[in-house]
Amino acid sequence: MWNEEIECMSREDIFELQLKKLQATVKRAFDKIPFYTEKYTNANVFPEDIETLKDIEKLPFLTKDDLRACYPFGMFAVDKKEIIEVHSSSGTTGKPVVSGYTQNDIDNWGEIVARGLTMMGLDADDIIQNTHGYGLFTGGFGVHYGAHRLGATIIPISTGQTRRQIEIMADFGTTCLIFTPSYGIYLGEVAKEEGIDFDNLGLKAIGFGAEMWTSEMRDRIEDTFKTKAYNIYGLTELMGPGLGIECSAQNGLHIAEDFFYPEIIDSNTGNTLPEGTHGELVLTNLERESMPVIRFRTKDLTALHYDTCECGRTLARMERITGRSDDMIKVKGVAVFPSQIEKALLNVSDIEPHYQIIVTRPDIMDEIEIKVEASESLFSDDVKEMMEVKRKISEYIQNEIGISVNVSLVAPKSIPRSTKGKIQRVIDKRNLH
Amino acid sequence: MYKITQLSIFLENKRGNLYNTLNLLAENSINIRALSLADTTEFGILRLVVQDPIKAKKILEEHWYIVKNTPIVGAKLDDTSGRLSSVLKILNDEEIDLEYIYAFTHEKTEKAILLLQAEDLDNLISILNAYKVPLVPSEEVYNL
Repeated sequence: MWNEEIECMSREDIFELQLKKLQATVKRAFDKIPFYTEKYTNANVFPEDIETLKDIEKLPFLTKDDLRACYPFGMFAVDKKEIIEVHSSSGTTGKPVVSGYTQNDIDNWGEIVARGLTMMGLDADDIIQNTHGYGLFTGGFGVHYGAHRLGATIIPISTGQTRRQIEIMADFGTTCLIFTPSYGIYLGEVAKEEGIDFDNLGLKAIGFGAEMWTSEMRDRIEDTFKTKAYNIYGLTELMGPGLGIECSAQNGLHIAEDFFYPEIIDSNTGNTLPEGTHGELVLTNLERESMPVIRFRTKDLTALHYDTCECGRTLARMERITGRSDDMIKVKGVAVFPSQIEKALLNVSDIEPHYQIIVTRPDIMDEIEIKVEASESLFSDDVKEMMEVKRKISEYIQNEIGISVNVSLVAPKSIPRSTKGKIQRVIDKRNLH
Repeated sequence: MYKITQLSIFLENKRGNLYNTLNLLAENSINIRALSLADTTEFGILRLVVQDPIKAKKILEEHWYIVKNTPIVGAKLDDTSGRLSSVLKILNDEEIDLEYIYAFTHEKTEKAILLLQAEDLDNLISILNAYKVPLVPSEEVYNL
């Protein structure tokens, strides 16, 4: 264990530590960041109102829109000279969110990921091949800092160059691979073609994350690479990967509770839900100098468990993410929003056509179908013209979201409506639940 | 007077759709004079010449069908072999690109009626006139 004192601390002590850190964080945020001063004053809640952990529920939630409104540096609690690194989420739905880090924040990030890599059975002797992208995306650097802290050897190869990845894996004696599940499955297939014998390669662990996954995908990865695969969860807004990492028990992801306070809420009411109940994950930074994020609504759906894990750790475990509380869908690793489809459809018709997005996964690859209800303006007496309309819709959508889609024109009113006349925009048939 | 109002109807290529559409017209006593169906794997365009296109369109639209009025022309031909190809030869010689054609026979006059659609319908009409190919007035088609 990397930090037994924290990782096996009694629940009572964890809660006590969290309360102290929460009080300090709320006070700092209120004093240093005008956004919080205003938000909390308007909600008539003040740092001294936080007397117990439960009092966190008095604080208003923070949304992605709030963070966007503070673009780029409005959420920083320290002088800009203290910030030594920035990362950013993709700006698919508007302005991106910027995440800043002080030296201590980066050190803590390394500490958190080092704990997780240890949970996966790694130590200073290991060679970690990190296929996560190095850049504004937090995936690459988070693993990198953790590997440094652990003292392992990191191969910062980044994504792509698949044949080179395979060559290096074999030549360098990689013992741990880090990848997104979809890239991992692809990498495994190419490696098999290249005749790599994973039984003799000596891989000890795989860390995968940044995408939704199913237990079948994990089985497939473990079966291909002949080793155990562990999930790594994170969010740019709070830090990056490492927020939660699976241990050898593979029974949920341990949350670094000395750095994060997790809650599960009902997405509709905002009420906090008890242990074991599924809902939206809400996270709070407990020790972040640069940018304390308090009660951030992740939109990720999961449940929390506080019983001691069979690995001996007492840190809370979150279940695998099984969905999103909003309409965003990840298809082939790409975030797709219904608003993008709407925008594309308005290019072919003045009146927004009714549509539905259907995501399936016939085998390992996601497929996305857009059903568009034909309308007066989309209909013509000419088959060629109709095919052209279809082609154009596909092309506009592809330009907008970056992945190819199948478009089908369906009869008006053929997409089922709710009693209030609303169409369910997204049907996800991938069985990720 | 020679432009016939054809109804073009969008149909999803699904079992029962054609039946449902035609049944709806039958229930409303709309007689169909001629019919043609262009289809792809996913959708089709049902083209109909009916007795009362205005009424038929209204009924269909009340049932959420997408319907367009498309003007077409009808040529009246002797129902003998070679007559259709002779008309097509004229159009070919005059470099007219037809969008589609379909035909039916007129039982009372024992003539064949050839329905034609081209991008420039007025031009098609004047060429057929020039070659003395008799055209059927729209009223006559509706009231066969």
